[in-house]
Amino acid sequence: MTEIFGVPTQALFGQLLIGLINGAFYAMLSLGLAVIFGLLNIINFTHGAQYMMGAFCSYFLLQYAGIGYWWSLVLAPIVVGATGIVIEKTMLARLYKLDHLYGLLLTFGLALIIQGVFTNFYGSSGLPYQIPEELSGGINLGFMFLPKYRAWVIIASVAVCALTWYMIERTKLGSYLRAATENRALVQAFGINVPRMITLTYGFGVGLAAFAGVMAAPIYQVNPQMGANMIIVVFAVVVIGGMGSIVGAIVTGFGLGIVEGLTKVFYPEASATVIFVIMVIVLLLKPAGLFGKER
Amino acid sequence: MASVRPAPAVSLNSDPVALASVGAARASKTMLIATAVMAAALAVAPHVGIYPVFLMKALCFALFACAFNLLLGFGGLLSFGHAMFLGIAGYVSAHAAKVWGAPPELAIVAGTAASAVLGFVAGALAIRRQGIYFAMITLALAQMIFFFCLQAPFTHGEDGIQSVPRGRLFGVLDLSNTLVMYYVVLAIFLAAFLLIFRVIHSPFGNVLKAIRENEPRAISLGYDAERYKLLAFVLSATLAGLAGATKAIVFQLASLTDVHWTMSGEVVLMTLLGGMGTIFGPVVGAFAIIGLESYLAGFGQWVTVITGAIFVVCVLAFRRGIVGELGAWWARRAP
Repeated sequence: MTEIFGVPTQALFGQLLIGLINGAFYAMLSLGLAVIFGLLNIINFTHGAQYMMGAFCSYFLLQYAGIGYWWSLVLAPIVVGATGIVIEKTMLARLYKLDHLYGLLLTFGLALIIQGVFTNFYGSSGLPYQIPEELSGGINLGFMFLPKYRAWVIIASVAVCALTWYMIERTKLGSYLRAATENRALVQAFGINVPRMITLTYGFGVGLAAFAGVMAAPIYQVNPQMGANMIIVVFAVVVIGGMGSIVGAIVTGFGLGIVEGLTKVFYPEASATVIFVIMVIVLLLKPAGLFGKER
Repeated sequence: MASVRPAPAVSLNSDPVALASVGAARASKTMLIATAVMAAALAVAPHVGIYPVFLMKALCFALFACAFNLLLGFGGLLSFGHAMFLGIAGYVSAHAAKVWGAPPELAIVAGTAASAVLGFVAGALAIRRQGIYFAMITLALAQMIFFFCLQAPFTHGEDGIQSVPRGRLFGVLDLSNTLVMYYVVLAIFLAAFLLIFRVIHSPFGNVLKAIRENEPRAISLGYDAERYKLLAFVLSATLAGLAGATKAIVFQLASLTDVHWTMSGEVVLMTLLGGMGTIFGPVVGAFAIIGLESYLAGFGQWVTVITGAIFVVCVLAFRRGIVGELGAWWARRAP
């Protein structure tokens, strides 16, 4: 068997792939956080719970309505996004005039509620979710075996991230959004309905989390706790990348996933903490984050 | 930026230090009387049928919440990782008492010192960013400590450090007697409480409030804001560590629960419910939450749901907390 730095290539590429997959989820989640933060100035602690709701939504759709994976990819983000819109309308909207930290506290409370309810009904063990037939099996690339579903996750998440980037940076709607991020009052004065835009933005960010949840269901199983630990790592990712740019969120997400995967190969004991260590280093060298700007 | 805390704004038109002595004298007299009443009530509590173990747990958490409130309520810094100080101090003091055979007073000092050191490192990192980032950084650092505690051999992973000996305090007081243990915990709590009270009303505390209100202005007045924030952070971490170290001796256990992020959330909740930036708020909040938890112990995961619901209600409709609302009601009633 061939080796690189004393590590079998099979293991190296395997971990790299897992790293890329994790990176795909970090990227999608931190992207949603960044979009929400940009306009609402709120760090959405519920994001992890909403990611979990996306996975559960696809599980419910399959279990009770016989709706498969592909439709879930469309329906779950809409359903979970709609619950996000309700949350924004009824609760978050009351907090915009207060310190941003209240938004963090409120969404933390909501995360506890959602996670508690799901754990109550479904326990903490995972529920299985089958990989869709079209994507089961894999391809032998010669140097490694690539499961089709994992390849799909990477491709789809890159596509979703690129689409989001395009929407925000290149379309008219996106330009409104960026303008409102800069100066909300002025944009409102131009006759654009900013409160509605805020609501939809939150719904979109939440939908993105749910989309990631559906994609994660076949890989990580459907588990009420799946979002809780994820969200803290994603916070570290966000601190490392800085929330200034969309591209920054995507690049940092994938990059850190790969670094984490490599750590699993070369120094497994540190794989759980490596992202936090990187965060510490970045804070020391460039406090605003790799892509952030101080404001 | 709107403010986090409900306490009246400190006017910066005059030097905050000079301002300290004016209103403080009258306020601190009322507060000292209230503190004496609280101390008396707590001293009698185990004799009127309240379970001492419950009281000790509540007191440890009350101290934890007071330490946290020093940072949030008076420094305006929301740490979402305070569990790391509670937890690491617990582990160190449990390890010292069990493995090194240290007497309880030394074990507690060792745990508290460990938290102080950790607080210095974490604080120096976290104060490099502000607001929401500060919260996220502390949360991430705490998660790092959690993984460290999960993997380090001396913490015994999932099992934690069990059956830690309580020992004899100063070689005299037998702590295996629950009542003796209770009064020791009460003494520790009251000492720390008075220290926090003193800090808040010191020139240092006033500068801290000034920084919370308007950091650029405090800097322009010549205060080194970073140093004040770091000192507040270390102080808060140290006292949180004192709570954790004491708790480990009381319950003869140091476990992962105390380092988990849910614990960081819990202390935020206690402070929020009791009243941020009030002296007694965290104590009231801690007793309320610990009481609720032991009352609802049989309901499993519903406790999480109820905790979350309290969070939501507090943020949406009850931002001043119990003590803050009472204070506001009192102020309206007697102008």
